Amino acid sequence: MSETSNQVCIIIGASHGGVNLAFNLRKEGWEGKIMIYDTDPNTPYHRPPLSKSYIVDGDLNSNLIKPLESYQKDEISLNLGKTVTSINRNQKTISIDGEADQKYDKLVIATGARPFIPPIIGIETAMNLFPMRTANDAIDIKNAIDTSEKKRVVIIGGGYIGLETAASLKKIGATVTVLERESRVLARVTVPIMSEFFMDLHQQNDVEILTQKNVISIKNDGNLNVVICDDNTSFEADVIIVGVGIRVNTELAAAAKLDILNGIKVNEFTQTNDKDIYAIGDCTYHFNLHYKCFTRLESVQNAVDQSRIAAASICGKGIVYDAIPWFWSDQYDVKLQMVGLSNGYNEVLVRKEEGESVSFSVWYFKDDELLAVDAINNGKAYVLGTRFIKGNQKIDKTKLVDVSIPMKPTSFL
Amino acid sequence: MTKITFITSDNESITVEGTSGSVMELAVNNNIKGIDGDCGGVCSCATCHVHVEPEFVAKTGEASELENDMLEFDDLTNEYSRLSCQLQVSEELDGVVFKVAK
Repeated sequence: MSETSNQVCIIIGASHGGVNLAFNLRKEGWEGKIMIYDTDPNTPYHRPPLSKSYIVDGDLNSNLIKPLESYQKDEISLNLGKTVTSINRNQKTISIDGEADQKYDKLVIATGARPFIPPIIGIETAMNLFPMRTANDAIDIKNAIDTSEKKRVVIIGGGYIGLETAASLKKIGATVTVLERESRVLARVTVPIMSEFFMDLHQQNDVEILTQKNVISIKNDGNLNVVICDDNTSFEADVIIVGVGIRVNTELAAAAKLDILNGIKVNEFTQTNDKDIYAIGDCTYHFNLHYKCFTRLESVQNAVDQSRIAAASICGKGIVYDAIPWFWSDQYDVKLQMVGLSNGYNEVLVRKEEGESVSFSVWYFKDDELLAVDAINNGKAYVLGTRFIKGNQKIDKTKLVDVSIPMKPTSFL
Repeated sequence: MTKITFITSDNESITVEGTSGSVMELAVNNNIKGIDGDCGGVCSCATCHVHVEPEFVAKTGEASELENDMLEFDDLTNEYSRLSCQLQVSEELDGVVFKVAK
């Protein structure tokens, strides 16, 4: 019998991080109990497709992270629709829905984030107003559109969630207007050329995108919402989607006096300042070895990678977190793939491939160091960018932007 | 039911059955080692790389441009490489054997 067989590992949060962690624990040889808790009642599902394909095809069962049988097979106890309300570090217990203390030996916090609902006047009384974070949000949005006669949607926020949702809703016949507060969409996450590209893409697909629109109030007369901006423009909406960012779910950890700094602070093994409590995924503030900086990421990659590190560490094998972040977005027939962290760049080069179909890549440098690549319909740029960043490869910038030179691993050296 | 066989890097041969979804999902659902499918099956992460056993290549068809782009510079890529998230389980694939690339 191994030393873990009488132990209990509790995981708070059943999304990409928590679920992968449970299965990774078994792979690493954890023989004790594994219990996952989540407030969300749905069998754990892939989150990225919610704003992309899910609104269009709407089949949650084809979107599961793992089939239900796998949890049984690996003896993972899945407790859905149950909210962990406190952590007692002295007793090493958690409370569920305010009662029924459950003992743990190892605890993993994978609580992620929740949508930020801005303090807009009238937002509480608006009808058919939804964020886009959970499967239930996606179902509610789809139902509201399906039952609406005019299907006029206003999306507040022109970030990835807003834009992906816009593209999906267009596919199911909605009339979509995106209101962005900044002077360009995706302002927080990318450079102007990308913003322009996505703005044009949506306009070509008949989605209206308006920038410098600061929503200040929403009026609702019982049948209709009117969304009002500070420049006195107003927009009628049968359905409103709010996509203006997230708030990290750190409250449980903070109440348990774990270190919080822009997220739950963890070390290179995803361990908090309590050696028996780990944190993974969107809720963590962690160190990135490659970029030598602390960061918090909203990404599947980070959740999945940290789940491997945490599982190894819990099972006594110290593997250090050392990943290059990557992200993707699908809108219409355009695939955007991003790798790296562009923070601190001082030069941006754009390489536009020749040919009929749109394909280009944006390369972010800090002096000679390649920091990040955004690739539009260009898997090669994404794959090579990843390789160059990982290998700290010095790149000949003149060659990089010369599209007569084909994109190969040795082309830009 | 379509029977599909995976051969892992440990040379373990595992035959599983499915009716729908992608070959990647089938592999993940059956805990096939080396197939992760981190991106959920949208050809974004290349963590579901397989080599089609040569005699079955006609059954699996051609990869898309994006799929080829994702594979082209991978050291484990050969002429039989595919991303299994881009292969749909159907009767056509009955009996096909995939080698997990890693």
